[in-house]
Amino acid sequence: MLKISGLTTHYGSSQALFGVELEFGTGQVATLLGRNGMGKTTTIHSILGITPPSGGSITFDGVELVGMPSFRIANLGIGLVPEGRQIFPNLSLRENLIATASNHLGLPDPWTVEKVYELFPELATRERSMGNLLSGGEQQMLAIGRALMTNPRLLILDEATEGLAPLVRQKIWAALNRIKGQDMSILVVDKNLSDLLKIADHNFIIERGKVVWRGSSDELRKDRDALQRYLGV
Amino acid sequence: MDLRPVDTTLLFIQILNGVQLGLLLFLVASGLTLVFGILDFVNLAHGSIYMLGAFICASLTFLVGNFLIAVLLAVPITGVIGYLIERVLIRHLYARSHLDHVLATFGLILVIDTTVQIIWGPAGISVPLPDWLNGQTELFTGVIVPTFRLIIIAAGLVVAAGLFWLVNYTRLGMLIRAGASNSTMVSALGVDIKTLFSLVFALGAMLAGLAGMLISPITEASINMGGEVIITAFVVIIIGGIGSMKGAFVAAILVGLIDTLGRSFLDDVFALFMSQNAAETAAPAISAMLIYILMAVILALRPQGLFPPKVR
Repeated sequence: MLKISGLTTHYGSSQALFGVELEFGTGQVATLLGRNGMGKTTTIHSILGITPPSGGSITFDGVELVGMPSFRIANLGIGLVPEGRQIFPNLSLRENLIATASNHLGLPDPWTVEKVYELFPELATRERSMGNLLSGGEQQMLAIGRALMTNPRLLILDEATEGLAPLVRQKIWAALNRIKGQDMSILVVDKNLSDLLKIADHNFIIERGKVVWRGSSDELRKDRDALQRYLGV
Repeated sequence: MDLRPVDTTLLFIQILNGVQLGLLLFLVASGLTLVFGILDFVNLAHGSIYMLGAFICASLTFLVGNFLIAVLLAVPITGVIGYLIERVLIRHLYARSHLDHVLATFGLILVIDTTVQIIWGPAGISVPLPDWLNGQTELFTGVIVPTFRLIIIAAGLVVAAGLFWLVNYTRLGMLIRAGASNSTMVSALGVDIKTLFSLVFALGAMLAGLAGMLISPITEASINMGGEVIITAFVVIIIGGIGSMKGAFVAAILVGLIDTLGRSFLDDVFALFMSQNAAETAAPAISAMLIYILMAVILALRPQGLFPPKVR
């Protein structure tokens, strides 16, 4: 599904990624862990072409993404739920869902507004509200719905539950559990390790722009040293 | 105090003239506010596209022999020219500062003006109207107005309604608004934002061109018409709130009315509290400044303009 090798990315003259290596398969859930400023968001922005990489390779089902413009990468079937949600404030909730909706892969049974409302019933009652008037939880659900409406095969979540109340977090994790599997792969960044490890197949810890640890959730739970050294828990 | 009776017929006709000027200003300002608000690009050459539209329409009017058909042909031609200007020049400047935009589009003004002068010569071209548009219409007893001015008002209202529909109720409009607030995210969700921006620019060019075409039978197509309109158009979008279509509409009508009524009636108003002689001397000077005074007042009270769009 997604294979990253030797990925380097610069912001101007300062280097942020130093050869990231990462790989996971179709239908799997992978996590990107690490402290703040270690390169998680940069890795995601490199995959999507938002911050074009300076070297290395990112292939998505065999297609090389490095050098491709952002919208083409997205149209290959990658849906982004960005850090900070980035809901369009001047569009209503419903407009946020349909403005960028697409089905470039021609998936059968594509996502619709109604299916998103079924996944997140809270959203249905607020569909006429403008994006800037929604609560953090509503915005996060909307950001996930908005990405699903592009009918992706890989959903990338940068900070899936940051700043949300425990009850809302549980709703987000439950929704991700529902949509994962079969044809939907997920790459997720989050700080709630226990929730994250429950859903994950593969975990990658990134430290100073490099992947320094990889393994299953069970392996990570047992590796006290890695948890302590890289994540401070 | 000696109050002159207000000539209601004259007042009505001048209000109509003000609305007509306002709607033409809206056509120019709507494109300017789209490009400034969404693309964050300062396009000084917007007035040159207005002028170019008038000249293309003038030539086509003589070629096909009918003003209306000429307009229908000239609008898409102006759109294509706008599209090409964006692809070749403008899109390379989005990442630059506003000062660079001003410099580059000032250069573009010189290029377009010179090109127009080479093709059409330095003199203006008057554009003939078909007979049925050239006459007068009696709106109600005693109120007779040129038919073509009514056509301009109708066309302006139709285009305004179409723009409101486009921006507020279509997928393209949603993407335009989304692109104004966060173009990176629109792109990351799979939309070709560069092509969207080219289309927005082309749309702005078509609107400006249409305004130039509509005014040309009244004034004639002339090289300096672009420079005259662009300053007023900037005043309109600053008053309305940069990026706001509603603001551009309200401000354009406001500016059109104040400018027209000021020129006609300010001396009468001044005569209420100063000598007739002084009023007639002061009024023309003040009326030319009225829209700038309005802008200054509005900027002092609402620095973001009347209807600042919420984009962030």
